[in-house]
Amino acid sequence: MSISITEAAAKHVSGQLSSRGHGLGIRVGVTTTGCSGMAYVLEFVDSLEVGDFVFEEQGIKIIVDPKSLVYIDGTQMDFVKEGVNEGFEFRNPNVKGECGCGESFSV
Amino acid sequence: MALLQISEPGSKPAKPLHRLAVGIDLGTTNSLVAASSAGAVEILADDEGSHLLPSVVHYPAGLEPVVGQDALDQLTIDPANTIISAKRMLGKNLLDIQAEGDANKAATSLYQFDQNSRDGVPQILTAAGLKSPVQISADILGTLASRAESVLGGKLEGVVITVPAYFNDAQRQQTKEAAKLVGLNVLRLLNEPTAAAVAYGLDTNDQGRIIIFDLGGGTFDVSLLSLQRGVFEVLSTGGDTNLGGDDFDRVIMDWICSEAGLDQITDSKSFARLRNAAIAAKHSLTEADIVEINFENWQGALSRAQFIELSAELVKRIINTCRRVIRDASISVDEIDNIVLVGGATRMLVIREAVAEFFGKPALAEIDPDKVVAIGAGIQADVLIGNKPANDFLLLDVNPLSLGIETMGELVEKIIPRNTTIPVARDQEFTTFKEGQTAMSFHVVQGERELVSDCRSLARFELRGIPPMVAGAAKIRVKFQVDADGLLSVSAEELSTGMIAEIQVKPSFGLNADAIEEMLQSSQENALADMEARSIGEARLEAQQLIDALASAVEIDGDLLDESESLLIKAAIEKLERANTEGDSSEIRVLTEDLNRVSGNFAARRMDLHIGAALRGESIDMIESSSD
Repeated sequence: MSISITEAAAKHVSGQLSSRGHGLGIRVGVTTTGCSGMAYVLEFVDSLEVGDFVFEEQGIKIIVDPKSLVYIDGTQMDFVKEGVNEGFEFRNPNVKGECGCGESFSV
Repeated sequence: MALLQISEPGSKPAKPLHRLAVGIDLGTTNSLVAASSAGAVEILADDEGSHLLPSVVHYPAGLEPVVGQDALDQLTIDPANTIISAKRMLGKNLLDIQAEGDANKAATSLYQFDQNSRDGVPQILTAAGLKSPVQISADILGTLASRAESVLGGKLEGVVITVPAYFNDAQRQQTKEAAKLVGLNVLRLLNEPTAAAVAYGLDTNDQGRIIIFDLGGGTFDVSLLSLQRGVFEVLSTGGDTNLGGDDFDRVIMDWICSEAGLDQITDSKSFARLRNAAIAAKHSLTEADIVEINFENWQGALSRAQFIELSAELVKRIINTCRRVIRDASISVDEIDNIVLVGGATRMLVIREAVAEFFGKPALAEIDPDKVVAIGAGIQADVLIGNKPANDFLLLDVNPLSLGIETMGELVEKIIPRNTTIPVARDQEFTTFKEGQTAMSFHVVQGERELVSDCRSLARFELRGIPPMVAGAAKIRVKFQVDADGLLSVSAEELSTGMIAEIQVKPSFGLNADAIEEMLQSSQENALADMEARSIGEARLEAQQLIDALASAVEIDGDLLDESESLLIKAAIEKLERANTEGDSSEIRVLTEDLNRVSGNFAARRMDLHIGAALRGESIDMIESSSD
């Protein structure tokens, strides 16, 4: 079981963490929503919950709750620019389909 | 794929050990404040040990307002600047108040109103400036709050304020505004009858019908509450704004006068003595069978039997009101499970006996009827602020388990995820699954698992009257709303017609901390199995949708198919149908893909045909005008 993070993403996460001033790392999870079932959750983490998995990659702690992990195991997190837009993107090998807007996915 | 940003964690802040919260009974004549200490809820007394704070505010020129007994003492000296019964003016404009006449006697006869405020909030002209009912209520709340803070030794973090069940939105809103003016955080407004039921712990029962019998000094209210799965609902109310304990004093006063051979007493001092004699007699008769009365030079004795006879007319009015309230709810007297007595006048034995006789069972009366509403509010405040031990009945400020809805394939769509702070409202749009579907059934569930059968079922309801459309065209907005009590309302609205169906449930009912822990744990242990279940559920659903769509297409436009194509599609459908009952998710997906491929040409030809048919023989003008 693992989650990985690209160098570009790690740079942005550590930048945002240090400008925020506190936080252990980031939480990656999934929640049910939208037209195609699931959506990602990306949050700063201030404290760990019972059962959390912690992955350390490129100096960044990525925290995943056990329930989400099965949906995103093997995911790589990247930071990309698309025109004027920039943000984090997930490359998730478990995804079987995505909805048109890209907001949600199914496994 | 949409790009994401990192957001702040949505978790709730850690709670300090014990947070101070009080319940306030903001009454028309008297107000009280209650707080829990060491597990029991008690009424907080002022420095002189008195519990009741008269709801009276005196506004002297150039000085701070005076609240309570000291203000009440000013009533005879400086009536124009001493405001009583401000509660009766809340949420009303001046015209409303004047139209009420007798029911709002103090306001219409004692005070001068600023005439410029006719349509808006009434402003009373006092020596200390213009005062609105909101400001006056705020001064009373402020006095109670500072009493609580000095007794409890800390800052209040929240209050629960009780209001009559019949209060409308404007009256409730102004009660909240009054609290805000003195910096109080209103956890919620609680209906007075509900507070009384809470004080007796009736909210922990599974269900029941409760009569709250509230006979105060000058007003009488009866409310019939229904309790279902921990939720109170007011079924009917009734009462008389001009009937109360004072009327019973009056019958004794009249009796004394007629026995003593006195005419109408006009001297105010002897009137006050007469009234005191009557009140003393009334109080004594709650225990004694007979009481001696001395008034001026007259001496006499009043027996309980005589008092019952004297008050028969009043009691009849009271019981008739009860009868009406029960009839309005279309139930019978023996369906009432509990009767709760509220208000000082319910101490009278004549009332208790009449109530017990009418309802066929004695009323609950162990808690002081003057304090029961405030105690209920105090209990509620303690629960809402989060001081209850974990094993107690749950009323949390976060949603402890996800709330969702069953979707096709027996999957759970979570609408409000767990740990969302409440109150909260979320909505999501759903659509129809079958062509021409006119009804939709909703199953509200709670839990973290992916399959409906592994979650807790909360409620089911149906939305009917959806106009027939092709599958997926109807738009149904499902709205989940959880209020500060954890009460969940789910509504489903068909957006083109505005048809609405809704239901209310209390998700925390019957759940304790252990049960929640268990549900969370099982969802983590079964995460992998759940994912497979969701995956196969979704695949089956998609397959079934395709099969259904093709079946109806073949029925309408079967002649567009040549024989070999028809056989191919039929074979693909059969394969997919078999896989749908026996196969795993990847097999179903592959076969769904196959069926899509072999039927692709057919779908394209159908579309051409129908667009062609729609356009043929119509001029451009016709098409444009018909699309208007």
